[in-house]
Amino acid sequence: MATTLLPDASPDASATTDLKSAKAARSGQLRLIWRRFRKHRLAMIGLVITLFLYLVVIFGDFIAPYGSGEFDADHTYAPPQAIKLVDANGDWGLHVHPLTLEQDPDTLALTFTPDEAQKVELGFFVRGSEYKLLGMISTDVHLFGATDPDARAVHLLGADRNGRDVLSRMIMGTRISMTIGLVGVSLSFVLGIIIGGISGFIGGRTDMVIQRIVEFFMAIPTMPLWLGLAAAIPRDWSPTTRYMLITVVLSFVGWTGLAREVRGRFLSLREEQFVMAARLDGASRPGLMFSEMLPSMMSHLIATATLAIPGMILAETSLSFLGLGLQAPTVSWGVLLQEAQQIRVIATAPWLLLPGLAVVIAVLALNFLGDGLRDAADPYKR
Amino acid sequence: MTQQEMNVTTQTAHDSEGSVAVDSDIIMSIQDLKTWFHTDEGVVKAVDGVNINIPRGKTMCLVGESGCGKSITARSVLGLIDQPGKIEDGKVLWRETRDTEVVDLASMKPTGDAIRRIRGGQIGMVFQEPIASLSPMYTVGAQLVQAIRLHQNISADEARQRAIEQLDRVGIPQPQRRFHSYPFQLSGGMCQRVMIAIALANDPALLIADEPTTALDVTTQARILDLIAGLQEETGMSVLFITHDLGVVAEIADDVTVMYLGKVAEQGGVNDVFDSPQHPYTRALLSSIPVMGQDTKVSRLSTIKGMVPTPANRPTGCPFHDRCTEAIVGVCDTVEPAVHHVGAGQLSLCHLLDPEHQPPDSETVADDDVDPQEELAPKVDIAARTDNLDDPDRFPLLSVRDLSVDFPIKNGMFSRVTSHVHAVNKVSLDIRPGETVGLVGESGCGKTTLGRAISRALDPTSGQVLFSPDGSTQVDLATLSNRELKPYREQVRVIFQDPFASLNPRKNLLELISAPLKKIRGADNKDSSVQEKVAEMLRRVGLQPEYMFRYPHAFSGGQRQRINIARALITRPKLVIADEAVSALDVSVRAQILNLMADLQDEYDLTYLFISHDLSVVEHISERVAVMYLGEIVEEASTHELFTSPQHPYTEALMSAVPIADPHRRGSQIRVRLPDDLPDAVNPPPGCYFHTRCPHKAETLCDTDRPELHEIGDGPRRTACHWASELSLAGVASNQ
Repeated sequence: MATTLLPDASPDASATTDLKSAKAARSGQLRLIWRRFRKHRLAMIGLVITLFLYLVVIFGDFIAPYGSGEFDADHTYAPPQAIKLVDANGDWGLHVHPLTLEQDPDTLALTFTPDEAQKVELGFFVRGSEYKLLGMISTDVHLFGATDPDARAVHLLGADRNGRDVLSRMIMGTRISMTIGLVGVSLSFVLGIIIGGISGFIGGRTDMVIQRIVEFFMAIPTMPLWLGLAAAIPRDWSPTTRYMLITVVLSFVGWTGLAREVRGRFLSLREEQFVMAARLDGASRPGLMFSEMLPSMMSHLIATATLAIPGMILAETSLSFLGLGLQAPTVSWGVLLQEAQQIRVIATAPWLLLPGLAVVIAVLALNFLGDGLRDAADPYKR
Repeated sequence: MTQQEMNVTTQTAHDSEGSVAVDSDIIMSIQDLKTWFHTDEGVVKAVDGVNINIPRGKTMCLVGESGCGKSITARSVLGLIDQPGKIEDGKVLWRETRDTEVVDLASMKPTGDAIRRIRGGQIGMVFQEPIASLSPMYTVGAQLVQAIRLHQNISADEARQRAIEQLDRVGIPQPQRRFHSYPFQLSGGMCQRVMIAIALANDPALLIADEPTTALDVTTQARILDLIAGLQEETGMSVLFITHDLGVVAEIADDVTVMYLGKVAEQGGVNDVFDSPQHPYTRALLSSIPVMGQDTKVSRLSTIKGMVPTPANRPTGCPFHDRCTEAIVGVCDTVEPAVHHVGAGQLSLCHLLDPEHQPPDSETVADDDVDPQEELAPKVDIAARTDNLDDPDRFPLLSVRDLSVDFPIKNGMFSRVTSHVHAVNKVSLDIRPGETVGLVGESGCGKTTLGRAISRALDPTSGQVLFSPDGSTQVDLATLSNRELKPYREQVRVIFQDPFASLNPRKNLLELISAPLKKIRGADNKDSSVQEKVAEMLRRVGLQPEYMFRYPHAFSGGQRQRINIARALITRPKLVIADEAVSALDVSVRAQILNLMADLQDEYDLTYLFISHDLSVVEHISERVAVMYLGEIVEEASTHELFTSPQHPYTEALMSAVPIADPHRRGSQIRVRLPDDLPDAVNPPPGCYFHTRCPHKAETLCDTDRPELHEIGDGPRRTACHWASELSLAGVASNQ
């Protein structure tokens, strides 16, 4: 009988030696987080939508068929038009039927009816109004629209009170709504990390003083502050500058929550064995803070930031809706919703509520993304 | 014989279908239990075909390293498996008394009424973390009353009465008062007693205890084990006791089941398994633990190569074959071993017991299993290492003088310091170059604080830490500022306890191990010599240099501890403080690390301060031992002297509490049992700190005068007991 001994293996023979796991072993925390994140289906959907929204932000002028200010007086409150593929003659090609406006002689009510006899051909990469792509390249090519630049305007999602294209304005609104919050979030982020970090790392009396300051800031009611600021800022500043200023001031108040969170993490990280080990390795205080402790909580912070952006978007929307935030001619989702304030408008032109849908989608997507990031960054979650 | 065995197995399987065939002497019969976890990475067979019969009124110990499926087995029995786990197959036949019907617990709905009546009623359970197992929101009395009233239809007053009786029964002093205590007001040992009271509140026929003493101090463990044994005698209940500690097994078991990777490796009576282990895994486990009080001191422990693989990548064939020194090529790695009965009631699943594979000299294999390679390893020559430096004119490498560490206790609105905890109280200790000094004591005695104060991980309150790297000049590390300390940070290094928490998961091995070179010596990032040094160090600690760019998550506990050692030794230190460096490791891996530390000591002329609560490990590795109690050293002596003739009652009590992995010595030891509670360190008792728990307390002196640590006898040994010369205390090694 064969009783040969198996070849002797090294002490760590059962360690990760095969190729696949060797690769995994070399991958750092980021790769691991990504692997866990990919399994979170909702978060992946959120990520795709968020990326799409920011693509829209960057290439908004190109994607929108019209500029945000272009109007067509004949198309006041024009309803959305349906895209057709085959026309009456059986010819193929994307097209819409132009709308004809009729006024009821008795009630004076305006009604739009599609003119089945005519068609406006649609196409991709068509010429339209001129704009600067990425703020540099001057061009007039739009992603889609009527192939003939002189044809009657096409409103896939209807038009507003002045006959402006809702779809184009929503796309242009994305730009402001999705970015204006970032300034505030990143500002409060920097403040929160630095102040909270100092508080948690040094501890003792410094911590005591900083925490009392945090409590003071937390006690300031934001709504009256916002109202006061809206009134105090000079009227002749551009609306965007004014809004930016308001978010900046608000972020000076809003860092407190994050500062507390960071402080708590630092307090517990300070006691971690690997931090003590690094200290015995001769690491300096700033070294400990920035190269040992901060990276350990970075993923968590990114998740927190992702969850903070929807808050800013909602704040912008609600404030603009109330007329305190951005104002026309600036285009944002909140400003667009301002037009849907009257019940009559909602009854006759419900498509003006569509920017609200964009808000819901964006906020949900960012929340899913943030949740997924938080779960993936948590090493104890399986 | 194999054919016969197969017949027997199929026979029992067949009989049990009628579900009456269980012998009435068997209280629970676990038959071919399979608990699998369906994870994204595939099916993890945590428990894969386990057969265990628990005899009525006896104690069955389930033993194995972590990850072997011991706890999952116990949880499966009780229907406590969470998603994504599922009992795939098998039976858990339960027969509460000899006359009751046999029921199959595995077939019951885990959330159903039927199993809930049995769980907690007929079967009690105790888990590892007593404080975590009790709700902090309710008093222990309320939790006990709830447990009673869930299963017995009695009034609240009666239940209360019974609860107090239960607390009294598990040895809780002043049960009326403790009834109203919250769990966090009690010590760990007390909480475990409460857990046992809850588990036994309804007089269960079976107690399942899952590592109930692992989180406790050795003195507390001894008393809890005594308590379980006493209660078992009183009520005649059966016990399924899960542990990784073979010492505990030898102490309490009637029968033993050794598990490996979700399968039974060996089963039998405790004496049979310890005297003639049939499975190579059992033999390897037994030989890898240092046994206290052995006369012939082995310098190296025999080890099991590698570590327990995760159940997800279980090897084919015999699960143990890739770590087994006796594996047969072509058999062990392809065919799963069958059950072999050996003698009366002992069985083992190993191909070596197949008649056709039995090597001619199987007798010797069974008796002597020391790896020839291990035998050839260089013996530690303590004399050579310490002799030339043991010169009275030269300073010791480290001499700690009157070192104290106080922690302030803050109170009130403005956090004013109201009092101090003396975590370390005027400790003096010398460490000579080349020696290994062990530091032992219960948790909370200040041994870790002392280690941290010496390494200046925290600042001592007063006293001196005199460090003398060359023997001619001394530097007081206690008073140096952080900057001045830098050159000494590379001379004094620390190996931490927790292999998981002590490595930053966001850095790879190169960054981790080279950190002290860069931070202390200012070595450049691009310096290729740094990489070479790290590679060399990795090789020295038994890891491949290619692992340099991997992150800690890719390594197991034992490998991480090797990384920690590499990180400590990269600066070629003089003194290494190992703070519970092997406490978190499984026994087989622990042996590897202890051997590695011994090898490196020879190679790099290291001096170790080895802090541990585990006396058997300390006895194995140290030349001198200091025993700490409530922030003070109460005894210091050479290892041999300390273990043969302790001169302080506390040392004696500590040693008698350590379970010895030899069932024949059960009861032969003098049993000294200490009361659970350590005195409050803020207000230590007057006189000798130990007098409140001391079994040898005398009428005079002990409760009035503080004993000083004084030299006794001829050897350089010290004790802090007034009556040291009058008492004759028992050690562990004396009766060998």
